[in-house]
Amino acid sequence: MTGFRTLLYKEVLRFWKVSFQTIAAPVLTALLYLLIFSHVLEDHVQVYDSIGYAAFLVPGLVMMSILQNAFANSSSSLIQSKVTGNIVFVLLTPITYAEFWLAYVLAAVVRGMVVGFGVLAVTLFWDTPLLVAPLWIVVFALLGGAILGTLGIIAGVWADKYDQLAAFQNFIIVPLTFLSGVFYSIHSLPPFWQSLSHWNPVFYMIDGFRYGFFGISDVSPWLSLLVAGASFAVLAGLTLAMLKSGYKLRS
Amino acid sequence: MHPAIRINSVTKCFGATLALAGIDLEIAQGEFFGLLGPNGAGKTTLISALAGLVRADSGSLAVMGHDVQSAYRSARRLLGVVPQELVFDPFFTVRETLLMQSGYYGIRNNAAWIGEIIEALDLGDKADASMRTLSGGMKRRVLVAQALVHRPPVIVLDEPTAGVDVELRQTLWRFIRRLNGEGHTIVLTTHYLEEAESHCGRIAMLKQGRIVALDTTANLLRQFSVHRLRLRLAAGGELPAALHARAVEEAGCWVLSFADFAEVEVMLAQLREACCPISEINIGQPELEEAFLAVMQRDA
Repeated sequence: MTGFRTLLYKEVLRFWKVSFQTIAAPVLTALLYLLIFSHVLEDHVQVYDSIGYAAFLVPGLVMMSILQNAFANSSSSLIQSKVTGNIVFVLLTPITYAEFWLAYVLAAVVRGMVVGFGVLAVTLFWDTPLLVAPLWIVVFALLGGAILGTLGIIAGVWADKYDQLAAFQNFIIVPLTFLSGVFYSIHSLPPFWQSLSHWNPVFYMIDGFRYGFFGISDVSPWLSLLVAGASFAVLAGLTLAMLKSGYKLRS
Repeated sequence: MHPAIRINSVTKCFGATLALAGIDLEIAQGEFFGLLGPNGAGKTTLISALAGLVRADSGSLAVMGHDVQSAYRSARRLLGVVPQELVFDPFFTVRETLLMQSGYYGIRNNAAWIGEIIEALDLGDKADASMRTLSGGMKRRVLVAQALVHRPPVIVLDEPTAGVDVELRQTLWRFIRRLNGEGHTIVLTTHYLEEAESHCGRIAMLKQGRIVALDTTANLLRQFSVHRLRLRLAAGGELPAALHARAVEEAGCWVLSFADFAEVEVMLAQLREACCPISEINIGQPELEEAFLAVMQRDA
């Protein structure tokens, strides 16, 4: 397990050494979203009866930050290692493909959680969200980070250049996270978009996460857990098969 | 005792290109072995297959008896590879890089050996410097150090001195010779044939994915190269006609090739008989470069 622990440590140290870029910047971005959206929409949007719009927005922004940063961590680390060639230092060692996967996923979760805490901490100045069911918060935060961290591995291994990774991020990850109910309840959408949202697994992660704060959600947290858990299992299986085959890593 | 490296009928294609065309090779433990060949001969592919970076289409490879596919964890613990490309991780210092590399191999508390490698490769002043601030030569030293952190009994050096200065070469070879003396098997690929000639006891020459020569360095030199008698004649001197057949004029000197030292006496006798005045004379050793070219041309 020392090999796995070292790879995990290295991946955490890697983002920690550039924490302005990897932690402070996404926290600031989330803060700007909160400032702008809550300022513009606070008096116009009431998602749940008992909750103000800014309070509604906070869990969504926290979860969106966790997801996007988890994805960014594993994908950027892998593409960078592949492009510069230093991935060879890991590939030459006895680290197994399962350890490789787990180390990258856990590092992605750590970064997601650190950024998530950061966002939560700065948003406390605006609105103190409730913590109705903290266990759901932790479960969805970990699961969401792990799902997007795994997706980041797929993207990082698949992409041969930064341009391809940017396309993956901009055309898949960003739409999935933005169109998932971060800024609104899907009940406010027209029927077509509402049913389409039910096909977006990120919607369940955010909805389940938000349930932990308010005890209110668009769908049952158990359904969200089922969808998120199934998404994780499918993606983890796919990633492990990819790593075992040596796809784009071992020719 | 298992050989350090055993390669059986290994083939590898990249699309339509046949990179390895059935390589059979065995390298004994403790050898200093040279793997030579022109660019594209398959040297790096063979090393990559050994290291598990490339998967052979057929055949098998083993390090100290451990198959590189079915027992890859054991095989990789026993193998240290210095890659040809000058790659590094810009986020870390030299010491962090080495400590992490050691950890990847499952070794903790390795600071003493890492310190020794750092000293032996003259990296002491740069141990806490960021990798991105190092010169090319220093980065090359770190690459060598990374391959050695887990004390592998088999060390593969893929063009370790490409583009580095004389000082590093001397430091590196001193350390590698020491490791070889302590029993480590060394496999070297290089385009600097004088390095292979002076260090390697046995050499394989590859061409288009095939081994076209495999023997001890001494035998290859004997077989494919010749000694040379270099003469500079004094003013008015003229080379006897009997020697013209084996003589080539180079930069104002006559160079006469011979395979056996007994021929030297015959050539000198012919010069004396012709009263040919000589101003300078020396005997050159056979060179691996010549043997290499002879082998490559033979198999053209």
